[in-house]
Amino acid sequence: MPAISFASRRLLLAGAVFGAFTLSAVAQQPASPPAAPAAQPLPPGSPMIGRPDNEAAAKLAPVAPPPIPAAADKLPLAKLKVPAGFNIEVYASGMANARSLAQSDKGTVFVGSRLVDKVYAIADKDGKKSVKVIASGLYRPNGVAFKDGTLYIAELSKISKIEKIDDVLDNPPKPTLIYDKLPKDEAHGWKFIAIGPDNKLYVPVGQPGNNVLHDADHGQIRRINLDGSGAEVYAVGVRNTVGFDWNPETKQLYFTDNGRDWLSETVPEDELNRVTKAGEDFGAPFCYQGNIIDQELGWGKDCKNYTAPVGLMGPHTAALGMRFYTGSMFPKPYKNAIFVARHGSWNKSQKQGGDVVLVKLNKDGTVKSMEPFLTGFLEDNKYVGRPVDVMQLKDGSLLVSDDWNGAVYRITYGKQKVAAK
Amino acid sequence: MNKTLIAALAFVSLVFPASAESISDRVAPCLACHGERGTSATENTPSLGGQQAPYALIQLFMFREKLRVFEPMNEMAKSLTDDDLRTFSDFIAALPKPAPPADAADSARMARGETLAKQNRCNTCHNTDYSGKENVPRIANQREDYLAKTLAEYKDNSRHGYDATMADVMQTVGKDQIGELAYYLAHYR
Repeated sequence: MPAISFASRRLLLAGAVFGAFTLSAVAQQPASPPAAPAAQPLPPGSPMIGRPDNEAAAKLAPVAPPPIPAAADKLPLAKLKVPAGFNIEVYASGMANARSLAQSDKGTVFVGSRLVDKVYAIADKDGKKSVKVIASGLYRPNGVAFKDGTLYIAELSKISKIEKIDDVLDNPPKPTLIYDKLPKDEAHGWKFIAIGPDNKLYVPVGQPGNNVLHDADHGQIRRINLDGSGAEVYAVGVRNTVGFDWNPETKQLYFTDNGRDWLSETVPEDELNRVTKAGEDFGAPFCYQGNIIDQELGWGKDCKNYTAPVGLMGPHTAALGMRFYTGSMFPKPYKNAIFVARHGSWNKSQKQGGDVVLVKLNKDGTVKSMEPFLTGFLEDNKYVGRPVDVMQLKDGSLLVSDDWNGAVYRITYGKQKVAAK
Repeated sequence: MNKTLIAALAFVSLVFPASAESISDRVAPCLACHGERGTSATENTPSLGGQQAPYALIQLFMFREKLRVFEPMNEMAKSLTDDDLRTFSDFIAALPKPAPPADAADSARMARGETLAKQNRCNTCHNTDYSGKENVPRIANQREDYLAKTLAEYKDNSRHGYDATMADVMQTVGKDQIGELAYYLAHYR
């Protein structure tokens, strides 16, 4: 079937003709299966919603990573570039679909996953690192957070915890459920989680599709007490945030949010948002990037009624994990700047993102500049790796997770002892 | 079918300890059910010929990790190494793709199936000729019973995909439409 035209009008017409044809067939043969309805909306979670009818768009579909983590000697380390004076090394590998990062007070690094069922721990014993699976059989356990000895894990629709995790790394108990009043939608259902300066656990619930209206349980960031009680909605109009952190000076929450697909190659851009008061509305799915009223759902809406982003992160770039840099290893200009992992686009003919960028802020907390920091994951319009999350270690070095290769890299500054291979 | 599987499993446990075997020896138990030349003659068991290697790799991985549950396959894959998974998926991809059924298809059913396939935009990910691409499987000329079974499993969420695309796509596809889609894809020319 060469070059199917994606002209939907023609398809719909054809559908109507087929429909009429089948109806008479049904009349003659009551036993034959019922006819296809002439037009049917795509399911709300379908990534195809909003796709225009043309060949270039038809070539685009979400990109899935390989299921098997790359062997340590097959990682694209040699292709990765950092600014002068910085070094990058492999921190740990062999963790299929390594996603969000968290760190215990004893230096254990926890790594969530989305397409497999595992949470990993990278244990560090006298400089010797080993990877352990500390939970398996979980459903899309993307989110991890740590506080006072306890590891919190976010699956698609529930949050659970393992207490005194550092003491039980070799023989961890099953996680204990603390909260499951969450929708079960697959689309944008996987979760990044983090614990705020108010000691509450922040839990996002994405909008259940590319560009959809939804009920009051979606499109938001909630916060709950660490025992699962006291859930409240903290921000709304959030399409799908997969990374957030608190400004170390103002304690305000900053979060990335992914813009809708299929509007165009160049807009909307992903957002970097700042919450200045609880309950703020960030616009999705009515207003994107602070100044684009959605062509389908935005009628009767006005962007001025929503909080605009403080920064734009590029179209379809999938800005995910982000953290403020508070360490002292990197040079002064990095202090209190934000590292943002951009997973990289699928909804764009020429892929964009697939890097870690540095966002510097003005005194008033707005964005001053954005510059590349870690690049090289994108080669000939294909990914050789895809960064998901960033996290500062206690020594001020920066970890970057890569779900394409199932690895975590470490970036240092200045002359470092070369870590053991 | 179960007898064949048990026989195949017994065969596997017999032969696996000897690791120096050639790939054709090692895939013999697979092909016993999935078909010597890539085309399955076994009920509810997919043809593997011409399957996309990245997709086959993902499925073998999911069987090994029990992310996809089907006991005979979980058992088969349980002791495979990462390299084994790659070897088998590459081998599968190189088998000849299944041919369309020789009998002429019912044109009314084909038309209904085609309409449904277009409405649901199957061709976006599965390619315009349904040969699949990368992590998305070839579905053209797959066994009709297996296609229908798989679509039903995605619909009732008893089969979890690697990502969630098929679960979402199947939400609005009616149970009665699954048969039409399976018929169309199995007979696709």
